[in-house]
Amino acid sequence: MPTDGFMYPNEIELQWSVLIVLYPFLTGLVAGAFILASLERVFRVDAVKPTYRLALLTALAFLLVAPLPLQLHLGHPERSLEMYLTPHRSSAMAMFGFVYLWYLMAVLVMEIWLDYRRDIVLLSQTTTGVKRLIYRVLTLGSSNISDGALAVDNRVGWIITVIGIPSAFLLHGYVGFIFGSIKANPWWSTPLMPVVFIFSAMVSGIAMVLLLYMGLNRLRGKPIDMRCVDTVAKYLFYAFIIDFSLEMLDLIHRIYESDESFRSLDFMVHSRLFLSQVVIQIFLGTVAPILLLGLTQVSRLSEIARKRIYALAGCLTMMGIFAMRWNVVIGGQLFSKSFLGYTTYKMGFATREGLLPAVVLTVLPFIILFVLVKLLPPWADEKTEPIARSAGVH
Amino acid sequence: MNLTRRHFLVLLPAAALAWESILAGTPEAAPNYQISEHWWGMLVDIEKCIGCGNCVRACARENNVPEGYYRTWVERYRIKEVNGVETLEVDSPDGGMHGFPSSDEPGVKQFFVPKMCNHCADSPCTQVCPVGATFISPDGVVLVDEKYCLGCRYCVQACPYGCRFLHPQKNVAQKCTLCYHRISKGLTTACCENCPTGARQLADLKDPKDPIHEYLRTHSVQVLKPHMATGAKLFYHNLDGAVR
Amino acid sequence: MKFKDAAHLFRMAAVFAAGILIFVMVRSFFVPRTFGQYGHYRGDALADVRALPVHYAGHQACEACHTDVLDVKVKGRHARVNCEACHGPLATHTEDPGGVTPEKLDTARLCVKCHEANTAKPKGFPQVVSADHSAGLACNECHQPHSPAIVTEAPTATVLPEKHAAVVSAKGAKK
Repeated sequence: MPTDGFMYPNEIELQWSVLIVLYPFLTGLVAGAFILASLERVFRVDAVKPTYRLALLTALAFLLVAPLPLQLHLGHPERSLEMYLTPHRSSAMAMFGFVYLWYLMAVLVMEIWLDYRRDIVLLSQTTTGVKRLIYRVLTLGSSNISDGALAVDNRVGWIITVIGIPSAFLLHGYVGFIFGSIKANPWWSTPLMPVVFIFSAMVSGIAMVLLLYMGLNRLRGKPIDMRCVDTVAKYLFYAFIIDFSLEMLDLIHRIYESDESFRSLDFMVHSRLFLSQVVIQIFLGTVAPILLLGLTQVSRLSEIARKRIYALAGCLTMMGIFAMRWNVVIGGQLFSKSFLGYTTYKMGFATREGLLPAVVLTVLPFIILFVLVKLLPPWADEKTEPIARSAGVH
Repeated sequence: MNLTRRHFLVLLPAAALAWESILAGTPEAAPNYQISEHWWGMLVDIEKCIGCGNCVRACARENNVPEGYYRTWVERYRIKEVNGVETLEVDSPDGGMHGFPSSDEPGVKQFFVPKMCNHCADSPCTQVCPVGATFISPDGVVLVDEKYCLGCRYCVQACPYGCRFLHPQKNVAQKCTLCYHRISKGLTTACCENCPTGARQLADLKDPKDPIHEYLRTHSVQVLKPHMATGAKLFYHNLDGAVR
Repeated sequence: MKFKDAAHLFRMAAVFAAGILIFVMVRSFFVPRTFGQYGHYRGDALADVRALPVHYAGHQACEACHTDVLDVKVKGRHARVNCEACHGPLATHTEDPGGVTPEKLDTARLCVKCHEANTAKPKGFPQVVSADHSAGLACNECHQPHSPAIVTEAPTATVLPEKHAAVVSAKGAKK
């Protein structure tokens, strides 16, 4: 029997699948990577500059894939346009289309375009064939890379980053609100939900860029800037502390108030959700990385030890944040709203919402990132001249 | 075109008939039924329900409800109390469609609870629909526009009563429509029509002459999950406090 | 800041403006005509739901023709049990009474759906343990479904004497 105890008859089958777990995971990476980029651009943390462009491209790669799990999930994806035509203003989900477009075009694409414009113009003059055509289109017909023009780009880019920070919070925070505003579901319904989502997004995004930076530099045979990764790891640690505190606050609050849902939820966490919640999310995915990163903060470790710890902590973090999304989405559907029973999630494999499409959609952003990195190299020592943002206005 | 009198005499009634059938499709102009004159709800009397499942079967046949999904269902509650400690057991085999097996446990308080969409006046499901595919009609019935629904299932998540599901073939949200296609023609819902004991009765909360409306005014009634403030219009008489 | 240094921004702005313009045009084309008529939904959706087919005709439709049955029913305990609750959906029969004949019901299967004894049913509701009640006889051997009360203890003409004896003795044993 897939159910234990009593479920309302229509509740037995889960409605939101692993693809709905994947969607906040992807947008979380977008928001987190962008916040890391903004650390340098707005908050002048120079040490993380080597990751700036990579963070932006990472955000773009994941943002391009983000709507795909939703499209696969919809019963009628061909009607998705309706969200733009007749958005229902009382629905948090209706915001999706507009927030997504805003973030994609007005923030991310604009910022990348402005930061890369000089390289794009130079590449449009030095490459041949199809690549030349692509770069020429990207220049929008303007080849002005004088100091004055670059200064304008810099200024506008800075403004966009400043706007981008609350936009990133909105992009991911509204997903938290989608869950947090559902009074019917006590596992989801809490004002903390958008905040928890945002901070776990920051953790996952920072960890992802850290891993990509270290991994890509290793693949290219280039040295890793330790001052950079040490600083990134420090910010990862801070974000983790806040994230962990928020999650513990939620837990303690639930245990203390012990409302009508508590017993049912508590039993669920101890049984069906034990592995993904307690083992993977809390211990392996949060406590372990915090301890590892904390170790690097308090004691002096060799470069190689730090690199290994960062890599390990980064991987554990990715696993933990994915588990957090899983526990929210799937966990919220495993128990009955009558608080009298539980059901099981049957994930298919090669079905429309099964494991296979989820894996493909997780791998796809990396393929897109590969293409983006080739098209818009984040590193100065490639074909273009050294990138130096124009002095003066920063 | 040269219209002779003969042509005209043939065409005019044909046109009138065609016009009538077109009008019949428009809610306002359909003969007799004025949307603004109604505000629908339902009354369920727990003490009259015998758990026969006739309502579940009738609804499924009237509305082509797919197997394994339920626009209405019946739950059986068995409450055992030992020294002030209550244990609760609830079941709904196949939604109660084929009745319930008997249990011979003594000293157990047992009763049936029919459930369906509560057609909430402040419905959380219509609040969350991203495109306006589910809505409350001007006469108080929460409906789904099957031609517009995206199948995102946000409404299914938002319903506190578990009354919604996704149609496995049509891939749109589905739920009890209060047999809107029947009540707008002066009939009652399929479940009320087929309930042998009168445990389920349709109520028109805008009709002062409706006996069920009068009943609601003069008897103690309850709704499910009142703390959710959904404005539920499915009223129960004799609903035990243990019912979830 | 010279204008020519910001010219590329205006080009980008033009791309955005073009996008917004296309969106506005697409929108006016695709939004359904009756959307917003009564609220944030397609007004025609009400008509769509109302046009769904009716399968149960409703007891008033049955009673319009079958007045003889109605006369029997109103006097008995099944007065409030509607026709289709037992006979099933018969809107097709009301539309074509001659062409569509309702199925003959099998009381052995039908009546127990309500009257099989169950501890969860209200105590005052008439219920029997069918296995012990009729020694295998179909319900309508003794009960007339439209008015089910048995008027006398005597069997109807269709019941064989030995079967009737079996029923009576079974009942006696229970007492």
